[in-house]
Amino acid sequence: MTATIAAQAAYLVAALLFILALAGLSKHESARLGNAFGMLGMAVALVATVVLAIDGDISTAGLGLMAVAMLIGALIGLRRARGVEMTGMPELIALLHSFVGLAAVLVSWNGFLDVEHDPEGHEARSLDALGTLGIHHAEVFIGLFIGAVTFTGSIVAYLKLSAKISSKPLTLPGKNALNLGALALFLALTVWFVITPELWLLITVTVLALALGWHLVASIGGGDMPVVVSMLNSYSGWAAAASGFLLGNDLLIVTGALVGSSGAYLSYIMCKAMNRSFLSVIAGGFGIEAPSGSDVDYGEHQEITAQAAAELLTAARSVVITPGYGMAVAQAQYPVAELTSKLRAKGVDVRFGIHPVAGRLPGHMNVLLAEAKVPYDIVLEMDEINDDFADTDVVLVIGANDTVNPAGAEDPPARSPACRSSRSGRPTRSSSSNARWPPATRACRTRCSSARTPPCSSATRRPGSRTSSAPSDRSCPRPSS
Amino acid sequence: MTAKRKFGGVAVAALALFLAAGFAPAALLPHVTVFVLAIVIGYYVIGQVHHALHTPLMSVTNAISGIIVVGALLQIGHASTAITVLSAVAVLLASINVFGGFAVTRRMLAMFNRS
Repeated sequence: MTATIAAQAAYLVAALLFILALAGLSKHESARLGNAFGMLGMAVALVATVVLAIDGDISTAGLGLMAVAMLIGALIGLRRARGVEMTGMPELIALLHSFVGLAAVLVSWNGFLDVEHDPEGHEARSLDALGTLGIHHAEVFIGLFIGAVTFTGSIVAYLKLSAKISSKPLTLPGKNALNLGALALFLALTVWFVITPELWLLITVTVLALALGWHLVASIGGGDMPVVVSMLNSYSGWAAAASGFLLGNDLLIVTGALVGSSGAYLSYIMCKAMNRSFLSVIAGGFGIEAPSGSDVDYGEHQEITAQAAAELLTAARSVVITPGYGMAVAQAQYPVAELTSKLRAKGVDVRFGIHPVAGRLPGHMNVLLAEAKVPYDIVLEMDEINDDFADTDVVLVIGANDTVNPAGAEDPPARSPACRSSRSGRPTRSSSSNARWPPATRACRTRCSSARTPPCSSATRRPGSRTSSAPSDRSCPRPSS
Repeated sequence: MTAKRKFGGVAVAALALFLAAGFAPAALLPHVTVFVLAIVIGYYVIGQVHHALHTPLMSVTNAISGIIVVGALLQIGHASTAITVLSAVAVLLASINVFGGFAVTRRMLAMFNRS
């Protein structure tokens, strides 16, 4: 067994371990094991690669540099992973995507320097002999393009998510034409580069792709960032796969394809949950109209005090809490978790209903609740719990006026009130949910809705139950900021 | 969509794929095969992932897309200094992904508890 063959075999093992890692996430019980498989796979791949590098003609200096670079990267990564707040996950993930993008750009540039820039060199000659030099040109170009778009796109997403720049969509005139024009130009340049692999073409496409990535994400509003982060997740996978083609490495291709399809799937379900088409998100800030349905009769509302809400909750037999990101902004998940455990100790059936875009990432709200020690088996998805609202005594909507906004439920059979809506273009952090509520009444000031709130109008109150409370926006006192 | 139309659509797509693969450079074909099959596997595996675990899914895919470190490692220390420096930077960046991604996934998954 030569080192090359051994590395190939190790790569196969690593690819399968990565598949096991993703498969492990299908259940909570197997998720941790899955992550362990992922780490094992990565360790196998890294050891095999280092052995391969040592077996090759790597210089001692190169070996030392490799070790130092990995060590520094590992330290930075572990630090970030330990320090990050769970509310800050979207920023971290966006930032990590940008690293993959930049790494892909560097790998492509290296491919160019190694082959195209050195036509008399060993690599170029052997590729030429195989007749695959043209393919190499194209691979360098495509990998560079995807990587650069991922890089700047993720940087902009990171800046928007961490509120370092405004999350408002940038609307340049003819922005769709700009994006499509950049794509067309890229295709033309690719053909050109395959014919004459000049350095200036590579520089041009690098600049073009960096600008496109920046513009693409800058044009998308903050409310669509969950889709954008999923989309960039997908791009980072395709970037890795493109580098795999460039280097003829099947492990990179397999892993890139897995990650790419994962991100694409997540983008798809996020778009579906928001009632948006993927194209309209990418095209950015498409005709978002505020609903004007003020004439609709949502029923009457009554204001409610914290004490009355508490009585309502303790008297209930079943309670559903539908949190939105406003809850996390106010750090109210801890009091809510406490409330939950107290109610459960009293024998009240408390469950959570999570809208797919309740957080700032797919599944973000589940992590936030898990961090507050809410057991995961009472946290249900919208589809799982929607039919149960009819039999629920009290529904507590916290910091989530967008996910329960009836304006989003366009389809008439929307029987399921609290969640069957979408945000139809509302920004994630909507108006009143930004502020911090006074501690004493945090949990219930946040729109103590039960029966007959606009969203929950028809179904939340069980006939004969004695709930009565507070539907409209005016019902809750304005949070003090 | 009726079954007939669906079949027709798939047949046309299959033909197009056949022609595209058939006329692609022969050296690419093994890699394309691996690529396409991996996408299909990815689609089915990801479809099974629990909705509550989508954030850990993103961070773990983030970690494994740091596999690009393998590509960068293979470029270090062979040819010119420029390549070695660039690939060292790439190794550093991808290592942040690998270690940070797995560590944060682990931290998140440890938070999920049953009642």
